[in-house]
Amino acid sequence: MTGTATPTRRWERFTAQERIARSVLYILTVIAVVWSLRTIDIIPEFLYDAPEQTADLFKRMWPFDWAFYPKAVHSALIETFHIATLGTILAILLALPLSFMAARNFTRNPVLRWLAQFIFVSSRSVNSLIWALIFVAIFGPGALAGVMSIAVRSIGFVGKLFGEALEEAQRGPLEALTATGAPRSMILAKGYWPQVEPAFWSIALLRWDINIRESAVLGLVGAGGIGVALDAALNNLYWDQVGLILAVIFAVVIATEIVTSFLRSRIL
Amino acid sequence: MTTRPARPDAFPVDWPKRFAWIALAVYVFYALSTLDVSLDRILRGFSQAATLFGRMFPPNIAPDKVELITTGMLESLQIAVLSTFFGILLSLPLGFAAARNLSPVWLAGAARGVIAICRSFHPVIVSILFVKAVGFGALAGILALIVATMGFVSKLFAEVVEELNARQVEAVRATGASFFNVLIIAVMPQVMARFVGLTVYQFDSNLRNSTMVGIVGGGGIGAPLFTAYQRFDFDVVLTILLVIIALIMMFEMVSARIRRVFQ
Amino acid sequence: MNVMHPAIAEPVLSLRGLRKEYRPGQPVLKDISLDFAPHGVTAIIGPSGTGKSTLIRCINRLVDPTAGDILLKGENLARIQGAALRMARRRIGMVFQEYNLVERLSVMENVLSGRLGYVSPWRAFLRKFPTEDVERAFDLLDAVGLGQDFANRRADKLSGGQRQRVGIARAIMQEPALLLADEPTSSLDPKTSVEIMELMAEISGTRGIPIIINIHNVDLARRYAARIIGMTGGDVVFDGPPEALERGHLAMIYGGEGWQE
Repeated sequence: MTGTATPTRRWERFTAQERIARSVLYILTVIAVVWSLRTIDIIPEFLYDAPEQTADLFKRMWPFDWAFYPKAVHSALIETFHIATLGTILAILLALPLSFMAARNFTRNPVLRWLAQFIFVSSRSVNSLIWALIFVAIFGPGALAGVMSIAVRSIGFVGKLFGEALEEAQRGPLEALTATGAPRSMILAKGYWPQVEPAFWSIALLRWDINIRESAVLGLVGAGGIGVALDAALNNLYWDQVGLILAVIFAVVIATEIVTSFLRSRIL
Repeated sequence: MTTRPARPDAFPVDWPKRFAWIALAVYVFYALSTLDVSLDRILRGFSQAATLFGRMFPPNIAPDKVELITTGMLESLQIAVLSTFFGILLSLPLGFAAARNLSPVWLAGAARGVIAICRSFHPVIVSILFVKAVGFGALAGILALIVATMGFVSKLFAEVVEELNARQVEAVRATGASFFNVLIIAVMPQVMARFVGLTVYQFDSNLRNSTMVGIVGGGGIGAPLFTAYQRFDFDVVLTILLVIIALIMMFEMVSARIRRVFQ
Repeated sequence: MNVMHPAIAEPVLSLRGLRKEYRPGQPVLKDISLDFAPHGVTAIIGPSGTGKSTLIRCINRLVDPTAGDILLKGENLARIQGAALRMARRRIGMVFQEYNLVERLSVMENVLSGRLGYVSPWRAFLRKFPTEDVERAFDLLDAVGLGQDFANRRADKLSGGQRQRVGIARAIMQEPALLLADEPTSSLDPKTSVEIMELMAEISGTRGIPIIINIHNVDLARRYAARIIGMTGGDVVFDGPPEALERGHLAMIYGGEGWQE
């Protein structure tokens, strides 16, 4: 190399601003973890017998109380399925108009868009179990409260994602249809729908998959489904029944995953 | 879909599709009938809702309640921080183990099994088991959310690792770089942005769930919430709900910025 | 083959009986023995799948040979492992067909990654490369015709030709005793291909770095190489200066008429 006479050129990977931003985040993370570790209330005595307790737990679970399945689990399982499915359908019905309201290319009014976003965030911030508490207070214990909490909890998820899909729709086909003087319903059905249909089904399936899991626990607060049976078994300390119910939930969740991935590959 | 125009040649009726829609409608009516859902019940619910909302307003901000809520909320936050931190720490090796392009078949299979179990159970159910194992309190909640974190993050992290561009890694290896230098220069840049995105998302999710594990004894704001609910102190319930929504909205605004820093 | 390359007195690289079998009994390289002079451009031509790329990758052991010796200035690279292998790789630069830059890093980081054999992980993490390395990297950006303004652009924002220039700068950054180039122009348009070959020939001349290039464009090979090695089916079938390469040789290398692309 020939020596260059230019003054020492400095090179830095990040601008000062980027470096500061990263450092601040790293430091904040450390502070948060240290603060949490130091102040959180953990009772060490409980930890000593944790392995024992865990072993005891599994010992009591096995063998499962198989006779409990036809007695109470089966019907509760079907109810869980209904809650998840109806809840998802209701969520889609409620979320669709809101997603049009949230999509920039449909709604020009920023206040309306902001309102839709606010509904989405509220829906997603509050957990399904907490929504269930509220709906049990309104409709009383049972599956209706479950369906409502699943639906309300899912509005944010479905609405946000479907609204984004609408915003991403290509202008070309829409303009071509508008140019032919097609009515608005026609533009929706032939211009938008074919473009967003894959997204629609994938969102619906994804949420249904999640809702099967969620609806399995709603019964803990009285909102119907297999959680009711789980709650009863837990309160009675019938661990062999608890074990059976957990195994059933595991099987259903796995089955749902297989079904949704099959449907996804068929539809999309 | 249902708005087919009357020109059968251009848009012929898709019978299997139409049949699927009819089947869906029949199912909805059948399911509704088995669930004991009636108009009467729904109407009664509406009047009940009116009384409920009447009792919710105004939200209760008495000093003793505020203190209770602050303590609970801080504990929820701590649960979220710790479960995210340790959950991610454990997810890294698990994700690498589950990546089919790096680890042997038996290891990837075993790791995927662990991930499937972590993913299948709702955090609330896992909390119940941990409450039995380690007793009431925040630890049970933290452990439950660590399990949830591992289920989600390791699965997606394995996918990120599987999408690694091997050519970029090979080129850096060809310069004579050591294993760690290859990791730092060729692997980390490829995975970092996705990894930060995953972490932020998971913290968000853990924050939402940390408000709930308390219902089954896992610590955090869930316990005071459930107590207030059982005592019909609905004005306190509303205060707690508003605080939760505010906190999560705040983090949602912050998270977009965090992501941008690590683009 | 009828044309033989004259013996090289002090070769930078000697291959002795180099053999590679991906599946036992099906050699991709059939006992290749070659010497390379410590200067000038050598082009390896031949149809796809003939073992050119495997040969190049065996030299820096990105592919492990089944048998044979690779002598780089007397050190046998076929017999070393771990740290010793990494030391040896530091002395061999490599340029790739798909450029293989780390896409999410800046041009400067990619050029400096040529020094990764010399810096600690901690420094690599903080991107604290020695000042003289940074200086040299800036000079190289000029030398490969990009200019210093490119330093902070991200690699995925560059065109193919620009990426390959960064790839060359990264390889030269190693101050290599030997530069390998695996189809460096195959992903580029004809005009850019010529520019890249021009650049490599110039670098080889001014910096005295011997370059071995895999290439299937015979015209480019003729124009820029001082020596051409023709391979087919894992064997060397021609080895000589470009002037000696005739139609008959090409027909033999590419099998009948097929060589005319």
